[in-house]
Amino acid sequence: MSDIKKIALDGFWKQNPGVVQLLGLCPTLAITTSMINGISLGIATALVMAISNASVSPIRKLIPTEIRVPVFILIIASLVTIIDFSMHAFIEPLYKALGIFIPLIVTNCIVLARVESFAAKNATTPSFFDGLFMGLGLAIVLALLGGLREFFGKGTLLSGIDLILGPSANNLVIHFFSDYRGFLLAILPPGAFIVLACLIALKNRIELR
Amino acid sequence: MLIDYFKKISTTVGAMIIFALLASTALSIFYFITKSPIDESDAKAKRLFLNQVIPANLYDNNLVKDTISVEPDPLLGNKKNIDIYRAKKNNQVIAVIIEAIAPDGYSGEIKTLVGIDQEDKVLGVRVITHRETPGLGDYIEIDKSQWIKNFDLTSLAKMNAKQWAVKKDGGDFDYVSGATITPRAVIKSTYKSLLYTKENKKRLFAL
Repeated sequence: MSDIKKIALDGFWKQNPGVVQLLGLCPTLAITTSMINGISLGIATALVMAISNASVSPIRKLIPTEIRVPVFILIIASLVTIIDFSMHAFIEPLYKALGIFIPLIVTNCIVLARVESFAAKNATTPSFFDGLFMGLGLAIVLALLGGLREFFGKGTLLSGIDLILGPSANNLVIHFFSDYRGFLLAILPPGAFIVLACLIALKNRIELR
Repeated sequence: MLIDYFKKISTTVGAMIIFALLASTALSIFYFITKSPIDESDAKAKRLFLNQVIPANLYDNNLVKDTISVEPDPLLGNKKNIDIYRAKKNNQVIAVIIEAIAPDGYSGEIKTLVGIDQEDKVLGVRVITHRETPGLGDYIEIDKSQWIKNFDLTSLAKMNAKQWAVKKDGGDFDYVSGATITPRAVIKSTYKSLLYTKENKKRLFAL
């Protein structure tokens, strides 16, 4: 049990993929224009990481070392495609909103990094939790990043929640200002870098204490 | 020595083949499971979108399937054949939906759907894709502002060629200052689709 606690601490804080390992930044920066986008891609990534870690770990001894990377990518790519199909079939609006970034989870190096550095060496249960917590750690960073960018850029939070929960959820959207003109920089790509830098700085500051 | 080498290669290749087979089996199973839900949700999304341009209570046919293909035309701005949707009621074509391409947006093409009825009246316009500046030129999207509804019920009969422009250019349409290129492009392409419908009326509204 203490093992899993340590894994969770690593994923959420010490080795957080978003603000410490800084892996998989391409989707991190591109998709986080709103909190819902960030959470959705984060959860999809966490799901892929948990399942791919859990499926690589039990067969790790059967995979010849020379071809382990192609086999890992094969497994990850299949899982992502399956999630892509399922999202397209059952939550079409969200699928539209996340667009190309779901298939791109395959190329997200954090997924392959965890498979290669953790699942290939550890038993199935810890591997599963490693993937899950690393993924959720990333999801939290994506949610924060998306939330901050949305707040500064559009003056709202949770806009687009109707894409997931249906049109009735529209009144869950929080509007902070009645007449907010928007702050374009936060929504455009440079805003992502700036907000991420602030998050990293904040994390380091807390660490230093 | 050679045999060892051969053994090693064949286990590696064998493993790769087996994993590839397993992965493709899993994929094909999921492909078949999700195929019909995907087609359904695509069609549903399309229908919902088309209904924004022509209200659902005006027609009774399967709009998504009822199309005619038209050749490239400068008025539409299309380079390939495109499909025009036809809304029918009691076996009469009552309106068409045209995909208009405005080549002169602020950053690239703006694609819109324009619903036009028999009397050359616009039923609705919606933007499909555009690359205008977020927060500035994107007020043509219905999610961002109601501007696009200015087109509702306009027609060639009600407005002359000069009125089909933003107020700054002496026309009838509102615009957001600082972003006039975008509405200009959309107004022009909507106007041209009305002209196109008028010119090709027989063909578009024939059964």
